[in-house]
Amino acid sequence: MASSSEFSPTGRRYAPGTPTGFRLWWHRHRLTIIPYFYIAPFFILFAIFLAWPVVRSFYLSFHKQQGISTPSFIGLDNYFNLVADPRFKQSLLNTTVYALGSLFVQIPLAFILAAVVNSKLVPWANAKSFYRLSYFVPLLTSAVIASLMFSILYDYNSGLINSYLVGLFGEEAKVGWVRNASVVKVSIILLLVWRFTGINSLYFVAGLQNIPKELEEAASIDGANWWQVLTGITIPLMRPVILFVTVTAINGSYQIFAEPYLLTGGGPRDQSLSIVQYLYNTGFSYFNLGYASAIGYTLVTIIVILAILNLRFFGAFREDQ
Amino acid sequence: MTTTVQTTPASGPRFSGIKIRNGALVSLANFFLLIGVLLAAIPFIYMISASFKPQNEIFTFPVQIIPKEPFFDNYTTLFGETLYLRWFLNTAIVAVGRTTLSLFLCMLAGFAFAKYDFPFRRVLFVMVLASFTLPFEVVLIPLYTMMVRLGWLNTYWVLIVPFAASAFGIFLARQYALALPTELMEAARIDGSSELGIFFRIAIPNLRPALAVMGIIFFQSSWNDFLWPLIVLNDSTMYVINLALPTLRGPYNDQYGLVLGGAVIAVIPIIIIFFAMQRYFIEGIMAGALKG
Repeated sequence: MASSSEFSPTGRRYAPGTPTGFRLWWHRHRLTIIPYFYIAPFFILFAIFLAWPVVRSFYLSFHKQQGISTPSFIGLDNYFNLVADPRFKQSLLNTTVYALGSLFVQIPLAFILAAVVNSKLVPWANAKSFYRLSYFVPLLTSAVIASLMFSILYDYNSGLINSYLVGLFGEEAKVGWVRNASVVKVSIILLLVWRFTGINSLYFVAGLQNIPKELEEAASIDGANWWQVLTGITIPLMRPVILFVTVTAINGSYQIFAEPYLLTGGGPRDQSLSIVQYLYNTGFSYFNLGYASAIGYTLVTIIVILAILNLRFFGAFREDQ
Repeated sequence: MTTTVQTTPASGPRFSGIKIRNGALVSLANFFLLIGVLLAAIPFIYMISASFKPQNEIFTFPVQIIPKEPFFDNYTTLFGETLYLRWFLNTAIVAVGRTTLSLFLCMLAGFAFAKYDFPFRRVLFVMVLASFTLPFEVVLIPLYTMMVRLGWLNTYWVLIVPFAASAFGIFLARQYALALPTELMEAARIDGSSELGIFFRIAIPNLRPALAVMGIIFFQSSWNDFLWPLIVLNDSTMYVINLALPTLRGPYNDQYGLVLGGAVIAVIPIIIIFFAMQRYFIEGIMAGALKG
């Protein structure tokens, strides 16, 4: 920490007419005091609307509170009930499937798109910018608008997708995108792929552009084929970006709400119910506030554990990032 | 961007054999990329086109992108018979309010974290960063109870204030403020400028790009918000667009023209920002990767 005298105007402290008393004290210490005034507005709101609710929610998760009743302590009962709750387990399963969808469909697809756009397969600079610009299109919509658009495309009798399927393969090819229990998760994953592949691809393009071209070229001159270049040079150098994209995608998938809520309402038979929607239903339809808080903290635990696993998997702890 | 095209496949003798095969590969790759672009754009184009069609034409097959004759009833109904204008204004007031408040809080605090040395600086900053990892859904229950107590349900405050202290915002603000030359501040101090004067006359003018980037992020996240408004608003005159759009489907979930018209108008502000401030918009989206 810097001493305050270092900042005061040189020599003035001992000259005649030097401020005394409070003014002298202020003059010496203002540079360590003023910043507290600067951060105070932020931290006041932060404490009231984030830090306190986080603590309060933790407290509530060990209590039974129905609506506006006073919370009564029940220890770990909420968490024990959660473990046995079939609806919670179903929502956990569904949400995990969404996350796996991002992991194994969306991210690889985004990576391939980025690698192709960044390679010599797209030799024209204008085309490169065009493709990159088009990745932004889905990002201009909100989750709500995207879900409403897709609910029209998914319409069973006359939606665009089924119309084409019927046109191509006949009446039996119709798919109950939002009403068939074994298809709904796929429908939601497709919506998520549409919305987020572009942004992830942009992250990958940015990462690829940071890799020195000479490295890849030197390797291919030494006789490495494209696969060896990819797995030996490109992917290892992209590790931080891949880590970031994976953590963000998993994080986002576990917090999904609007898409299933608007597309299917969580149905049919809870087959698309997400964890956050279950929290929402529990808290704001059944007013079971303690139980909903326990769902919230379970979600926190899952997300933190997955983030740590990710960091370990990508070996991020080996570097000081 | 220019550096990415510097090598032509035919540059060395080694590549000459691959050159012909590359021609086919290039066409194939671009063919698939163009299909990707089409898939990305179709829902969007479909939405715009269908919003200019009467209900019975939306689902005709094969789809006509350009309607037989443009039909404006969806839009006139939207503004004439629903509260759409009011919802749009609500959304705009909230988005502008939250953006302004967030910018003020985050810039001031981020500047302090970047350019001043004070006790507990690191601890406080790490505390904010740690809150990044928390899914915000965890605070919904206590925050809702608090809003009930404050009597804030169905007000603008409930949407503007609680999420204004953005952890990501303060992180970005600090990141940008770190780049400010300290000598500039020293010089101003010697010239007798007050600390607040330094903030307003040196920091803010030099951090205008940061303001643009963060402003876009805050505006967009407020404009697109859904879960929180769903919880704290139940009076339809206070709805924001995202909350109102699904209700436009009507009692039988079939008035798609209205919904799509409403959606098209709701996207316009974001599209304007995208084209008017493309550089900052992209920088804002990429800023997410700063953490990584």
